[in-house]
Amino acid sequence: MPIDVQPPRIRGPETTRAASPPRRAIPLLAWNVIAVVLGIGIWTVLARVGVSGLPGPQAVAVRAGELAMDGTLLDDSIASLRRVLIGFALGTALAIPVGFLMGWYQTARGLIEPYVQFFRTIPPLAVIPLAILLMGIGETPKIFVIFLAAFLSCVVSTFQGVVSVDRTMINAARVLGANDAVVFRRVIVPASTPFILVGMRVGLGAAWATLVAAELIAAQEGLGYRMQQAQIYYDLPSIFVGLITIGVLGLIMDRLLLTTEKRLTGWQERR
Amino acid sequence: MTEKISFRSTSRTFEVGGRPFHALQNVDLDIADCEFVTVVGPSGCGKSTLLNIAAGLVEPTGGEVLVDSRPVRGPGPERGVIFQQYALFPWLTVRQNVEFGLQIAKVGRAERRRRAQHFIDLVGLTDFADALPRMLSGGMRQRCAIARAYAVDPGVLLMDEPFGALDALTRVQMQDQLLATWGSERRTVMFITHDVDEAVYLANRVVVMAARPGRVHEVIDVDLPYPRTEAVRLSPEFSRIRNRVWRAVYHQTPQEGASQ
Repeated sequence: MPIDVQPPRIRGPETTRAASPPRRAIPLLAWNVIAVVLGIGIWTVLARVGVSGLPGPQAVAVRAGELAMDGTLLDDSIASLRRVLIGFALGTALAIPVGFLMGWYQTARGLIEPYVQFFRTIPPLAVIPLAILLMGIGETPKIFVIFLAAFLSCVVSTFQGVVSVDRTMINAARVLGANDAVVFRRVIVPASTPFILVGMRVGLGAAWATLVAAELIAAQEGLGYRMQQAQIYYDLPSIFVGLITIGVLGLIMDRLLLTTEKRLTGWQERR
Repeated sequence: MTEKISFRSTSRTFEVGGRPFHALQNVDLDIADCEFVTVVGPSGCGKSTLLNIAAGLVEPTGGEVLVDSRPVRGPGPERGVIFQQYALFPWLTVRQNVEFGLQIAKVGRAERRRRAQHFIDLVGLTDFADALPRMLSGGMRQRCAIARAYAVDPGVLLMDEPFGALDALTRVQMQDQLLATWGSERRTVMFITHDVDEAVYLANRVVVMAARPGRVHEVIDVDLPYPRTEAVRLSPEFSRIRNRVWRAVYHQTPQEGASQ
């Protein structure tokens, strides 16, 4: 339920805004730190007890240091990030206009939706064999599969966003003199932004999830490739370094998107 | 007085399960310039449809509506609409919402500012001009919507149960405030409600509608002076008219069309 707020102070809205969130954020962050420390502790204990060759945090940290020093970690991360970002950028760049088209024009929806719904049921990984046959073993099939994963998750939510825009809001714009172009630009686009950003986050997750599998096939570098190599040599610490790097990079990108989302859609009423 | 809005045997038929449903049948109604007319009736009497036809959001299947002697073709800024669900743009502040129509009309920045501020002050949202709608109560949101409608300077204000979602106390305050606004900025108002007291308190004339088919049942003049105050609301004359409207709404004999 909406409530009456105090009239905003003319001079000091910053002070009130700054005062309340940190008071809540600090304990939460503290719990996060405790959780991480605890997790590493349990990991150490498990490694000490000797769970089937599990390397401890120390061994993994040492290996991470080695891989960082000789540059492989950075090269692999850059190679992987490059694939994910290109695939993700292309995927969302196509998904957003296609989603708008589907939501705005009945004809476009009728033409495109069967394909989107059909390809959505196929896991992008299942397309890998076909992509390799058609596109060779270079970067193209890997980026294509990531593109597909990002596109399919993002297009559906953009489309959902457009069709779920409140009719009354569109009518309100029309009675104020808005034509189709203005309604689209000033009502449809902002109203569906939250949906698009959620779609982008899901798309990013899908892109990341597809990456490693795509790199297992005939890659020369990349985090997935490095883990594949480590598996052959029973090099568990390197696998852990790869997993943690993927997790950390994914987390950073997700947080970046979340920050963008909060900035762009702070007007939403949260229930 | 000149006619501002005229419904000329306006009809609207919907298909419901393959059978025609007469939401409105041959409605004739004239609303004079600067008149405040409330429309009240049981649900399904087509009162909202009537308003939407005047707004240009629904097309009549028969007859027509003239505003300023011109037939209505689609929505336009000369006919402001206020919706029950406020329909504010939640990503815009109060001020940006009020300026929305002015921007479309390509009003210059300074003039836009000035006019928006005028109506924000008028509806008492001065301290909330830069707040987002989610921070406002229901009553404040509707005041913002009223300011937004007023800002583009429409000759006609069409209000579709604007206070229907508010609690009884807020509603009475909003009625007084609307009348105060209307007192300083006279417009032709067509106001839909299901609340008999509200209908009588606000209007020059109350149009009582009947359902199946939707039609005008009775038109009742409210010869009470403006400004309307609590004294008016509690006066015997008010009760007399309220009782008359009440009987017209709740004791409709089907298909009679009494004083029409």
